[in-house]
Amino acid sequence: MSMTATVGHAHADPHHIGIVVEHPGPASKRIVTAYGFWVFLLSDIVMFSCFFAAYAVLVHQTADGPKGSEIFEQRNVAIETVCLLLSSFTCGMASIAADVRNRLWFYLGMAVTCVLGLIFLTIEFREFADLVSRGYGPSRSAFLTSFFSLVGCHGLHVSAGVLWLLTMMAQVFAKGFRADILRRMMCFALFWHALDIIWVAIFSVVYLLGSGV
Amino acid sequence: MPAGRTVEAMMLGKLDWSAIPFDQPIPLIAGAVVLVGILAVLIWVVVKGHLPYLWHEWITSVDHKRIGVMYILLASVMLLRGGSDAIMMRIQQAIAYQSQGYLPPEHYNQIFSAHGTIMIFFVAMPFVIGLMNLVVPLQLGVRDVAFPTLNSVGFWLTSTGALLVNVSLVVGEFARTGWLAFPPLSGLTYSPGVGVDYYAWSLQISGVGTLVAGINLVTTVLKLRTKGMNYLRMPMFCWTTLASNLLIVAAFPILTATLAMLLLDRYLGFHFFTNEAGGNVMMFMNLIWAWGHPEVYILVLPAFGIYSEVVSTFSGKPLFGYRSMVLATMAICVISFMVWLHHFFTMGAGPDVNAIFGIASMIIAVPTGVKIYNWLFTMYGGRIRFATPMLWSVGFMVTFIIGGLTGVLVAVPPADFMLHNSMFLVAHFHNVIIGGVLFGAFAGFEYWFPKAFGFRLDERWGKVAFWFTFIGFYVTFMPLYVVGMLGMTRRLQHYDVAAWRPWMMVAAIGMLLLSIGVLAQVMQLVVSIRNREALRDRTGDPWDGRSLEWATSSPPPVFNFAFPPDVRGEDAYWALKWHAKVQQLEDHPGPEYQDIEMPRNSPTGFVCAFFATVMGFALIWHIWWMVILGGLGAFATFVVFAWRDHDEYVIPAAEVERIDRINIEERRSLVSMAGAA
Amino acid sequence: MSDQTHMPVGHDLAPGEEEQHSVGERVIGYVVGLVLALLLTATSFFIAGTDLVWQPSIPVALIVLAIAQMGVHLVFFLHITTGPDNTNNVLALAFGLLIVFLVVGGTVWIMGHLNQNMPPMDQFIQMHS
Repeated sequence: MSMTATVGHAHADPHHIGIVVEHPGPASKRIVTAYGFWVFLLSDIVMFSCFFAAYAVLVHQTADGPKGSEIFEQRNVAIETVCLLLSSFTCGMASIAADVRNRLWFYLGMAVTCVLGLIFLTIEFREFADLVSRGYGPSRSAFLTSFFSLVGCHGLHVSAGVLWLLTMMAQVFAKGFRADILRRMMCFALFWHALDIIWVAIFSVVYLLGSGV
Repeated sequence: MPAGRTVEAMMLGKLDWSAIPFDQPIPLIAGAVVLVGILAVLIWVVVKGHLPYLWHEWITSVDHKRIGVMYILLASVMLLRGGSDAIMMRIQQAIAYQSQGYLPPEHYNQIFSAHGTIMIFFVAMPFVIGLMNLVVPLQLGVRDVAFPTLNSVGFWLTSTGALLVNVSLVVGEFARTGWLAFPPLSGLTYSPGVGVDYYAWSLQISGVGTLVAGINLVTTVLKLRTKGMNYLRMPMFCWTTLASNLLIVAAFPILTATLAMLLLDRYLGFHFFTNEAGGNVMMFMNLIWAWGHPEVYILVLPAFGIYSEVVSTFSGKPLFGYRSMVLATMAICVISFMVWLHHFFTMGAGPDVNAIFGIASMIIAVPTGVKIYNWLFTMYGGRIRFATPMLWSVGFMVTFIIGGLTGVLVAVPPADFMLHNSMFLVAHFHNVIIGGVLFGAFAGFEYWFPKAFGFRLDERWGKVAFWFTFIGFYVTFMPLYVVGMLGMTRRLQHYDVAAWRPWMMVAAIGMLLLSIGVLAQVMQLVVSIRNREALRDRTGDPWDGRSLEWATSSPPPVFNFAFPPDVRGEDAYWALKWHAKVQQLEDHPGPEYQDIEMPRNSPTGFVCAFFATVMGFALIWHIWWMVILGGLGAFATFVVFAWRDHDEYVIPAAEVERIDRINIEERRSLVSMAGAA
Repeated sequence: MSDQTHMPVGHDLAPGEEEQHSVGERVIGYVVGLVLALLLTATSFFIAGTDLVWQPSIPVALIVLAIAQMGVHLVFFLHITTGPDNTNNVLALAFGLLIVFLVVGGTVWIMGHLNQNMPPMDQFIQMHS
């Protein structure tokens, strides 16, 4: 008796579902990997949603400390936003280059993405350091707690992304465009674009809405 | 002197000799016993030369079946640990009438916190995840899960969490805050010790492991089904696995975020849940229960799947109302995210909010009721065999209905205002978790044990275990409903109300019966291993099963199936058997055997967990250099893993044929014997 | 489980993967996405700082613009479409969004009512002094 025995008898369709499209079998590794990472990203976004929820609850609890409108600098946020948007674009270019196995454009795209990410992180770090030096650190009030955590959580993700990006470049350098490395590149691109989407929510909800408050 | 102190603080953080509880004999003795036990096992393993076998076949294995078995082993060991906590609590409450009992309050508080934490995170979770890991790829007719190495990482991170909880027994202390560590009690002001840190970091680390397992199983079910395994042909257990793991993926990040906030409060002076600077303590209840309620369904949905498989197999009928069962499962999956406020009706959100969440909580009883009726109708008119897995399932139906009904009761906000935080609630959630999840885990254990190890478990000891556990459960927890009604609140270290006393004595006797049940289960394992030749399952189909896991040998070869099964309907294996009988098992002219590629073993999971343990321990004791070391080590492990060139090895076609032939011969001899009779 | 880098299996597409394959078309897709995203961002920043529009409409406008921009990112950068090969990806996304909505919406709703019924101690003192 073998597993290939095909069965087509009366019990095969007890609920009379009728003609069904047969499932073609397991998906390719590329689809499996990317889908798994997609599910991870969704879980990550749920985690961010908790920090957003905490921010929404605590935004008015300033404990006589500064309000958002007193500490946010829109010019910095605009530069940060442009950096991330451009980096999303260059990351896209790098993934196209990886797909057509063009090393030069791949390195170029990744390097520019990395630089833009680092600029973003530098601006954010300076903003945080400046606030802390003025005595507006996260321990000052619940509002600042939630602000630092939400924005800082995104910043940590970007830092992890930069680390991953450099590892990706080293891997392509050492191993070339192997199938598993291309799969990882695909996940990295998903990650980077997802961080951009979260940043859209952050600059709209925290910085722009916050400066109006 | 101050300089010496600073160096010491830099090297060891908060750790010093006072962390070891020399003055408390109970944890010290318990810790020593555990330590001696571990050492004895280690020495035995090394002396007998089993270490290479363990390392190559188990510790570094990425085989989903092996990882599943290890999950279940972890759960069983932790069940004994959590169970000892339970015994201590029952004894304490039985004797602590107008006296202090034998457990001082700070110790008693650690015990009930550890009991809850361990039973949920390190018994129930690994047990169901282990069963899902073991069975789901087999049921889907595939060779492995979506991410085999990550699967191993997930298991070892869960073990790390369990290890840290047990370390707290000897080095330092555990939380005294209850299993969900509500602030402000769990904040730095009221819990300055390391107990809450042990709690939070072990959950953070094992939470990552659980998330990984969840992603893995969701992807496996959605993307790796064999040819013809359409969604509506999947066995029920695969559906409940999908629903449960979708909940893991959606809910565990909430736990991670909430505990991260608590840790930020404790470590960096943030103000999420403090009483100062605008922090909001109640937000913790809100967030933690937004995870906590789905968690209940993460545990019970796989158990529902197990009952579905067991009831259908042992009634010899297809599952009644398969599609309504699928619908009910997915409905529970979504609605479970809309009811979390019923855990804190009394917090004061007001009638509007309470009413909506109360109604939603009652609505979730509807799909659950649908399931109960489906199981009953599956049994109706069937030829029922009361083997041990079926006993657990029927025991579940009776017990869970009682638990469900008291659940609907406390879902009514005014009633909940009376019963909140009472022993009634304790009785209710033990009623659904023991009667639902634990009975399910045991049913699955008995049902799939032959698949995992190739021999059945002793039926007689299995039945002894069932009846002691079943009766012991009622004797333990029905009195708790009564004392709850009499006004006893939970977590009392001692009490002065005479009316409660007899009931607490009865509950302690029940605990004795439950312990005998657990011992019987251990005996069952010992006896079965000794008689394994007599209990051998040669065909791979000991129960006359219906789904694909029974279509391969027991234990299955590492590649599960020599040929990917081709599914044409529900109950795929049942159809296959029916067809084979009609054809009188003629020699199959089937396709030629082919080489099979399988993922290579990898120590990534184990090494990663090692660094996670180092990092977790260092974080708990504020040893910052060790934290950095652990983090770097974990990152380096991943880079090394990413750098390897061959992640698969090939099993040659001849070997596949050899293994498959053995199984075919066994099955053929069985069928011809049955034909002769 | 073979690796078919450029031949997605008939009915299924990995998240983030595109259907057309010419490099030119793919680059144009990213350019369009970038331009749209920049435009939406600029509008958001402009609206937040201006007094040309009716002030109470600003929060709503900002949220609408943010959602629109997330949509642009999903379509042009993450290549999420409504095609049948994307069903699983979109369903997962929808489930995730539902949870996000429940968690954020539920928390704001619950905590809002709670603060109204049982204000934090300092506000309570202010109210009664």
